[in-house]
Amino acid sequence: MSTVAVATPQGESPPVTRPVNYLNVHFGVRSWLLTTDHKRIAILYLISITLMFFLGGAAITVVRLQLLTPDNNLVDADTYNKLFTMHGIIMVFFFMVPSIPAVLGNFLLPMMLGAKDLAFPKLNLLSWYIYILGGTFTLWAVLSGGVDSGWTFYTPYSSKASHTNIIPAAVGVFIVGFSSILTGLNFIVTTHMMRAPGQTWFRLPLMVWSLYATSIIFLLGTPVLAITLTLVAIERIFQVGVFDPALGGDPVLFQHMFWFYSHPAVYIMVLPAMGVVSEVVPCFSRKNIYGYKFIAFSSLGIAVLGFLVWSHHMFVAGISVYEAFLFSFLSFMVAVPSAIKVFNWTATLYKGSVAFATPMLFAFGFIGLFTIGGLTGMFLASLGTDVHVHDTYFVIAHFHFIMVGGAVMAYMGGLHFWWPKMTGRMYPEFWSRLAAMIIFVGFILTFLPQFVVGNLGMPRRYYQYAPEFQVLNVMSSAGASILAVGYVLPLVYLLWSLGYGKKAGANPWLATGLEWQTASPPPPDNFAVTPVVTEAPYQYSKEVAVVS
Amino acid sequence: MSANPTHLAHHFADVRQQHDTATLGMWVFLVTEAMVFGGLFLAYTVYRVLYAAEFAAASAHLNVVFGGVNTIVLLSSSLTMALAVYWAQTGQQGRVPAALILTALLGTAFLVIKGFEYHGDYEDNLMPGLAFDEHAWGPHPERVKLFLVIYYIMTGVHAVHLIIGIGLISILALMARRGRFTRGYYYPVEVGGLYWHFVDVIWVFLLPLLYLAGVRN
Amino acid sequence: MFADVPLIPEAASTHATAMDELFYFILGVCLFFSTLIAVLIVTFAVRYRRRSEAERPQPIHSSLKLELTWSLIPFVFMMVFFFWGAHLYFSWAHAPADSMEVYVVGKQWMWKMQHLGGQREINELHVPVGRPVKLTMISQDVIHSFFVPAFRVHMDVLPGRYTTLWFQPTKPGRYHLFCSQYCGTNHAKMIGEIVVLSSDDYQTWLNQGVDGGMAQAGRKLFQKLQCVTCHSADAKARAPVLEALYLSEVHLDNGKIVRADETYLRESILYPDAKIVAGYKPIMPSYKDQVDEEEILQLIAFIKALRPGQTPPRTESADPPLNPILDTKQGK
Repeated sequence: MSTVAVATPQGESPPVTRPVNYLNVHFGVRSWLLTTDHKRIAILYLISITLMFFLGGAAITVVRLQLLTPDNNLVDADTYNKLFTMHGIIMVFFFMVPSIPAVLGNFLLPMMLGAKDLAFPKLNLLSWYIYILGGTFTLWAVLSGGVDSGWTFYTPYSSKASHTNIIPAAVGVFIVGFSSILTGLNFIVTTHMMRAPGQTWFRLPLMVWSLYATSIIFLLGTPVLAITLTLVAIERIFQVGVFDPALGGDPVLFQHMFWFYSHPAVYIMVLPAMGVVSEVVPCFSRKNIYGYKFIAFSSLGIAVLGFLVWSHHMFVAGISVYEAFLFSFLSFMVAVPSAIKVFNWTATLYKGSVAFATPMLFAFGFIGLFTIGGLTGMFLASLGTDVHVHDTYFVIAHFHFIMVGGAVMAYMGGLHFWWPKMTGRMYPEFWSRLAAMIIFVGFILTFLPQFVVGNLGMPRRYYQYAPEFQVLNVMSSAGASILAVGYVLPLVYLLWSLGYGKKAGANPWLATGLEWQTASPPPPDNFAVTPVVTEAPYQYSKEVAVVS
Repeated sequence: MSANPTHLAHHFADVRQQHDTATLGMWVFLVTEAMVFGGLFLAYTVYRVLYAAEFAAASAHLNVVFGGVNTIVLLSSSLTMALAVYWAQTGQQGRVPAALILTALLGTAFLVIKGFEYHGDYEDNLMPGLAFDEHAWGPHPERVKLFLVIYYIMTGVHAVHLIIGIGLISILALMARRGRFTRGYYYPVEVGGLYWHFVDVIWVFLLPLLYLAGVRN
Repeated sequence: MFADVPLIPEAASTHATAMDELFYFILGVCLFFSTLIAVLIVTFAVRYRRRSEAERPQPIHSSLKLELTWSLIPFVFMMVFFFWGAHLYFSWAHAPADSMEVYVVGKQWMWKMQHLGGQREINELHVPVGRPVKLTMISQDVIHSFFVPAFRVHMDVLPGRYTTLWFQPTKPGRYHLFCSQYCGTNHAKMIGEIVVLSSDDYQTWLNQGVDGGMAQAGRKLFQKLQCVTCHSADAKARAPVLEALYLSEVHLDNGKIVRADETYLRESILYPDAKIVAGYKPIMPSYKDQVDEEEILQLIAFIKALRPGQTPPRTESADPPLNPILDTKQGK
């Protein structure tokens, strides 16, 4: 391992050598903006998506303030409509979809495979620049007048009736889609071609399986979104009837094409999160994961089945009864692999050695809240009940339980788990546990009342609402304020840890996995010597060798 | 540069791995490209079924001579591309630049012919938004407009891919002329060839769908 | 304050009672499984909590039987949810034959209802208790959605196409009507009320003066637009006779057979070239720019009620007779 000699004052003490890692090998803005090191690109993504997260969060903060009273005029209707649209577009396309793959996936995938980098490092950097370009377009659209179609861009409202910046926003989303596509391409090729000697498919960590499954969705689904948005723009510009019935088009065709991507998109958001949980739970139970093959195949199963259920967003859109039957049935099918994972994680705890470090707290939060969110999906998949709760706050609560209570919690858990590896520092355990619990409590207070108010009939996207819904809305807004504190805390203490956190060794958690067999932070080429893999992952029953 | 005649990137163990990785990468990319065009084909198919009469009428007005000539041009360019790859594989590096240049020229010829064709479409009032006669098409001009817009988007997106392809092939031709490729290191040509053939295959589907949908007298 | 906070929605229709049974069944099953998992996780986490850093638990091997069991049991429950829900959905897709019909046009940002008897309402719908009501709906602009939580009915209202829903109210009262498909600035204000009245009160409401029902309005349009020029009572005229046309089988010139439902009638008025009846020439002009969606519904109501011998004459010197046969289905 190469080292750098550092001059000491007065020359009295012996020269201190600091190991070269990916952070200190080069300094300066150019070395970051022109890097091809997957680890640095992961950090670039980390900074960008964190910014987007707080922007999307700011938008919804105003929304929840508006909803404190039923007849509020904090913002007018048009501003409100732009705010929830901004929240949706930013959170879905610029935070949730990239988060775990672009940050943790980019950082960890090559390391988990014992490789020096992804298959196409320059393409990886291009992905980030495309993300920034798409983000710039969309932010410009949002800030210079706003977009008010909802993140779902339903026609003919978006293609004809809206007078807002639909096209720039659509262009921004179109562009950022290519960032996903290229990342997915990189991940798939890397997983096929760059595994360490001895690392067969069933010796891969489950995080790799879930990133692989996610990448399949990136590749097959995102292009269809690009085309769909292109057609909306074409209709708007050239007044051709692709989706507008007044010109001969079919608005329901838009919904089919849009949801063909956007439903698998939610599996893009949740599969990597499940991968993180599959890494954290065995580590903090100090046991091998229960049902490795089942979890691996369930990831693939979710990716495939996820492409077959899109029309469950359209049960009251005027589709035929038989189409509804088919999609309801398939929607139940896709729930089975997720249930399998939950049971397997639970079984991993059995007769384990369970520690409650912060990553594990987030993992528990994921399992509990994802389970509740997934179970509420039963009401949506079943035609008889979906008719009532469709397009109400019940749906909002359902997907926030999975995306926020689930995926964001897993992202936070993964960030904490691999923070020592990425930065060489430990975060303060007291504050991180506190943040985890504040997030958990704040989350439940924010979103549980939304199931109730949705079932009562409060529709989505209402800037004012019927008075009997007020108490539940106040509870939800109160919860949101707590949640906000919970999210700001990690921003503060993680940044603090960069300068003042305890220095972490190579493997502070005594975890298995190739990434823990090298220094923290890792050297630029990840491993001094290419590791050779001789056994299955999660061999926690043996002593884990610690690299100093 | 001569320190690494095989152009082995630092993160690969050997040239074989680098070669196979690049090839797999291109195949995966082409899958996503298929999904892009797939979305367009889907929209086209839906409306072709719904508005069969208008789509047939509009299609019959497209210039099938230009379309046919362009098909021959593009297929020929795939032949020259395949030859370039073959010669690169078998160590006949001297022939590679010519084959690549010819490929790029044929691709450019396609674009030029397409340009003339678009001009002709303009003259024939087949460009909604620029030159279109609402009253010349019976009770449903909007359906004809839809066909034409889809035609322009599909051929336009195809043309964009072709332009990118010509750029790529030109760069490869330059590299070939400078003697960069050897029997051991030629995968850029192969990967470029995959892309080029894909663009050609897309055209092979576009031709019958767009130009041959109608009955011609 | 909390006494006024509802936690479960009122059930005011037959759909609602049926749906609530399924809802609470699913809720019960979900509560059971979530409690089970929560208990297991908490129990395992506490019972097997780490007591020393030296612990090295034994590896566990997964059992295929266990994996299959915990896959199959949830699957069985899901199939129950599926079949039960699908059955309800199917029964709600087809309104009973004796439903009272109301026509709804949604537009940014209001609901316009037309009763067959001619009553027109905006953002309110008066219906009698205990009878099935079928709504035929269309939008004049963007997609809206007709949502009555207390009835558990919900259907998107599309431009260019009719959608339908039906319900049977079970108790009098006023119930929220919400637009639930985002439709622009005042989406949140596109709300109203369904007013369910007892039979007597409904009769009183009906008897408020109206000048002729929907079919009467359609008859006036039929003459104003001169449809009768071609669509006379003579089968050998330029256009098909419209008497007793509704829901009959129509033979087209391409050999196909279609049913003359609302969609067919609307299409024939707006896009007459789309389907040509066998034996006739395609000479009917389009009336796209001459009628809006409400007027189309009036014409359709007229055609639906048109019995043999009732085609209006070309000229009428007096007001048309208030024909009780034309204005049926007003509610008894």
